[in-house]
Formats: sequence, C-alpha cells, structure tokens
Amino acid sequence: MTSTEAGARLEVAERAVTNEPRPHYRRDRSKRPLPVKIIVGVLLVAFTALFIYPFIWLISASFKPRGEVFDNKIIPDTFTLENYVRVWQEAPLALWIFNTVLVTVLAATAVTISSAMVAWGFAYFRFKGRGPLFGVVLATMMLPGAVTMVPVFLIWNQLGQVGTLTPLWAQNIFGSAFYIFLLRQFFLGLPRDIFEAARVDGASNWRMFSRIAVPLCRPALIVTLIFEFQASWTNLMAPLIYLRDSDTFTVPRGLKAMLDQFGFGGNWNWEIVVTASVITTIPMIILFFLAQRHFVEGIATTGVKG
Amino acid sequence: MATATVPAARRPGAPASGRARPGLRKQRRRNTLAALLFISPWIVGALIFTVWPILYSGYLSLTDYDVINAPTFIGLDNYRQLVNDPKVADALWNTTFYTVLVVPLQIIFSLFLAMLLNEAGRASGFFRTTFYLPNMTPPVAVGILLLLLFNGERGLINKALGWLGVNGPNWTTDPNWVKPALVLMALWSVGSTVIILLAALRNVPAEMYDSAKVDGANFWQRTTKITIPMISGTIFFLVIVNTIASFQTFTEAYTAFFGSNYSNDAALFYAIYLFQQAFEFLHMGYASALAWLLFLIIMIITGVQFIFSRRLVYYEGEQR
Repeated sequence: MTSTEAGARLEVAERAVTNEPRPHYRRDRSKRPLPVKIIVGVLLVAFTALFIYPFIWLISASFKPRGEVFDNKIIPDTFTLENYVRVWQEAPLALWIFNTVLVTVLAATAVTISSAMVAWGFAYFRFKGRGPLFGVVLATMMLPGAVTMVPVFLIWNQLGQVGTLTPLWAQNIFGSAFYIFLLRQFFLGLPRDIFEAARVDGASNWRMFSRIAVPLCRPALIVTLIFEFQASWTNLMAPLIYLRDSDTFTVPRGLKAMLDQFGFGGNWNWEIVVTASVITTIPMIILFFLAQRHFVEGIATTGVKG
Repeated sequence: MATATVPAARRPGAPASGRARPGLRKQRRRNTLAALLFISPWIVGALIFTVWPILYSGYLSLTDYDVINAPTFIGLDNYRQLVNDPKVADALWNTTFYTVLVVPLQIIFSLFLAMLLNEAGRASGFFRTTFYLPNMTPPVAVGILLLLLFNGERGLINKALGWLGVNGPNWTTDPNWVKPALVLMALWSVGSTVIILLAALRNVPAEMYDSAKVDGANFWQRTTKITIPMISGTIFFLVIVNTIASFQTFTEAYTAFFGSNYSNDAALFYAIYLFQQAFEFLHMGYASALAWLLFLIIMIITGVQFIFSRRLVYYEGEQR
C-alpha cells in the first residue's frame, strides 16, 4: 500500500459518484495557425528531452570508469563494462532479482485473482447489505497505510514471518479494495443478458464467473496485474520493515543497502550505485513498453496514480 | 435492474409476490450464500488486516511497547510526549512546507503539459508515453538520481545553472535547498497527473471554444473561463490525492537523505519519523500515536479541501 494509492482510491471513489461517461469531443486541430503548431511542437520536444535526459544520463554513467560519473558527458571518454561486472561481484544481485520476481509474481497474481472474485461478488449478486458493505470497501481505500503499519507488523511478527518474503505478498490473497473497485466497474459494464442466458443453460455461479466474466474483463485484469507488479517491484518500505538478511533482500532494498555502503559509506563508489540503479529500472522500462497502452489507458480511465 | 428475470405475463392464479414462492426464496438464499463466498476473501482480509489493526493501533497508542516486553498501559503519555517532541514539530513543518510547495507546482506544471498534449494531435501518444516514463522509475532510483543530479559541486543541475551564470546551491546538503530539490525531482514524475488531466481536457466540448472564439475571447480568457472551470472537478481531486500522497512522502527522501551513518533532518518528513520510531527505535506505542495524529491531520485537510471545493468546483449537470 503506497501513499499514492491511498489518494488514487479517493479519486476513484469520487469519480463513481460524479462522473458519468460522457461523449467524446474532438477538436479540429487542422485549423490551428502554423505558428501555434510550431510553438506547441517545440515545447513538447523540449519537455520530452527534459523527461528523458536523466535516463540517458544514468545509463551513460553506468558505462563510465570509476570517478568519471560526474563528468556529465553523454558519450563516455572511456567506455567500460567493468561496473556491471563489479556490481555482480559486490552484491548478491541475482538472488535479489530472484526474490523480487518471486514476490512481484505472487503479489500480482494473488491480488488479481482474489480482487476479481470479490468484485464479481459485488457486481453480479443482489443481496441484503450489499450497498453498506461496498461502502466499507471504499472507506478502507482512504485509510492511510501508516495507521495499520505497526499492528500488521506485529501480526507477522507473531506468525514468525518477519525476515521472510511472506509479508511482502501474502496479504494480497485477500484482495485489495482499490482493485476490487476497479474490477467491479468493469464487471458492471458487462451486459446482464449473457449471464441470464448462461443461467438458463444451467451454468453454475463459478462457471459464469470463470468462463464468461473473467475472459470478458481481460483488459481490466491486465491493468490490475501491471499496477500491482509495478507497486510491488518498486516498494521499499515493506522490505525495510520486514527483511533483515541481505539474502532475502528485494532489488530496491538491496539498492538502498548498496547506496548506504558505497555512496554514504565513505568510499563514494557512485558508479556501482548508478549501475545497480540501471539494473533496477530496466525491468520496469521493459514492462512499460510491453504494456504501454494498458498503462496509459488504465490511468486515464480509472484515475490511478502509479 | 433485475428486470430481465421478471416474466412477461404472470399465470393467472399465481401468487402476486415472489416472496411467497418457496422455490424463489430458496434460490435467493443460495444467491446470497454464493455472493458471500465470492466476497469472503475480502471480509476475512479486512477483519485481520484492517479492522483489528485499527483497534489494536488505538490501544497501542496508549501504551509503551518495544516488541520484546509486553505493552504497558501509560494512558495519554504518548500524546503528551508527541506535543512536546521538537522532532514532531520539525517533521510536521518539513512535510507541510514540502506539500504547500509541491502540490500547486505539480498541478500547474501538469496542466501546462496536458494542454500541450491536447494540442499535439496525432503525436500525443508518443509524448504521453515519454512523460509517463519517469513514473516507472523505482523511487529508490529516483532518490539516487536526485543525489547525483543535484550534487552541489559536480551535479548536472548546477553545471547547467553555471552555463547560465547562476551559482547553484548545495542542494543535497544545505538544509534550505533539500526540500526544493525534492520538489523539483517530484515534478519530474508528474506523468500520471498529466494523463488524468489530459483525459479531463478531452471531455471539454469543442463547441464551447468555438463560440467563445466567435465572441472574441483570447487564449487566456478561454483557459481561465472555459478550460479550468470545466475540469475543476478533476483538478480538485488531484489536489486532494496529491496532498495525501505528499503528506506520506517516504521513499525518495528516505533513500537520499537517510542512511546507516547519514541523515539530513531537513528531509525528515512525518512518514520517515514515524518509520524511525516504529522500526529503528522500536517505540511501537509512540509510533501508533504518531500514526493517529497523521490520520487526523489528513482527515482535517481533506475536509477543509472539500468545503473549499463547494465554492470553486463546477460539476456538469449540477443545479445552481
């Protein structure tokens, strides 16, 4: 549960109350005068450069030899792969990556399956108390994570799971209010006739959910998977709280440990930290380009903040 | 909306109400049972990981607890301590200062970028993608980038300022410049805010602009009299969302300014202090009290923003 999520939840909750889908308005841009077009184009290119430049800087710095990180040249004077070799020697990076992949895959899969089930329970069935109960779901979206942080830690401590990866994903098997909300919206959009027909044909409740509703909501499920994958991959606070031993670290936790050791530790080996940052970021960038359409549309339609 | 199941014509003599038909009642009960089964993961999870923690946190905030020894009840002492703790005051000041700076700048900058994107036509997809890219960077890496780019002597930012003849400050060590550096870094990752605003801009009817132009309204008038009022609902949300997020800022600041033997109290945000009390000093009771204060503050801010929004936000279709 990151802090931005809490906010995003509020946004979504309010949208449900105020925002009806509206027709799409298109403006005719061909009528714009040429100078306006040129100014817009120049500004867009300039800002794009500003947004991309830190990435390029970071990647280029990871290929620079020791002590030249700050020379700020894009093409290094001497190009070296030594940092990448050293990162692998200095830290159990492969293990960290394995841990992170394990946690993110479990977290994303668990939260998607359980949230879809709960969302379906709220979307399809009409039962007494459904409204108030869903109100409680919305209310939990707005609770700051800080309030539950200490007791939840104590629960995992009682269960003897502090120091293991379990607390980083196991809570997700109970679903997450925000994704429940998101998926319910999609389920509500499905035409009800399909399910009435399936019912007449004798389909069970589970069959209707798993064979009809889930396949029809694939885009929404993909959005859920991606968002949770990102949240889980980039999370630092939970690993700081729950992980003790370097062998159990996730990549962000390990990166923070490397920064403490090589950055603040006095020997200022920035090139090691920079290279580790690149390695941490690359899986996210790959995921982004693979799932780019889902990301941007998911945000635009749901108001989610990453 | 359950009309699909209602038969077109009722057989003569059949009971008027479905309630009286035993078969239907049984089916309804089965339905409720099925619904509860689908919902049960959330109910169980909410009881264990939300309801119980809230109650327990309330109790803990009245105790002295270090995880090793059993909690001792100390009444309101934690809250008394919290009021007198200069670090709490510092953390609140830092957090508020940062929030007051970052939220308006984020919204204004995002709106500017969203308006540019709205004019971009076909190419907007490409630019949208690049603006969102920084959001994909893990916050730890953002913290590290901040340390390097804003390094006082050799960082890129000060080099660039040097070319303009400006002598840049020591962003990462000077207490006065740590928070501005964090703000600038936060402006780098406004991508999701931009995309939400862009979606809102696309919903503003084009005819409004056309008729305003016929009436001779210039760009500035169209922006302040049409665009901003029409998307004020979305802006309001982003203000609330970003404020809440900003009040819980943790990762970037913690990464860059707190380490094994390093801390810069200018970046001591409330969430960082709470984390330190709970998990570095093991003051679980005190941390719980801090958490409740944060909760209270966020509720008050959100409440105040809601009251203000009544006057400032225009909702389509609303009767006035």
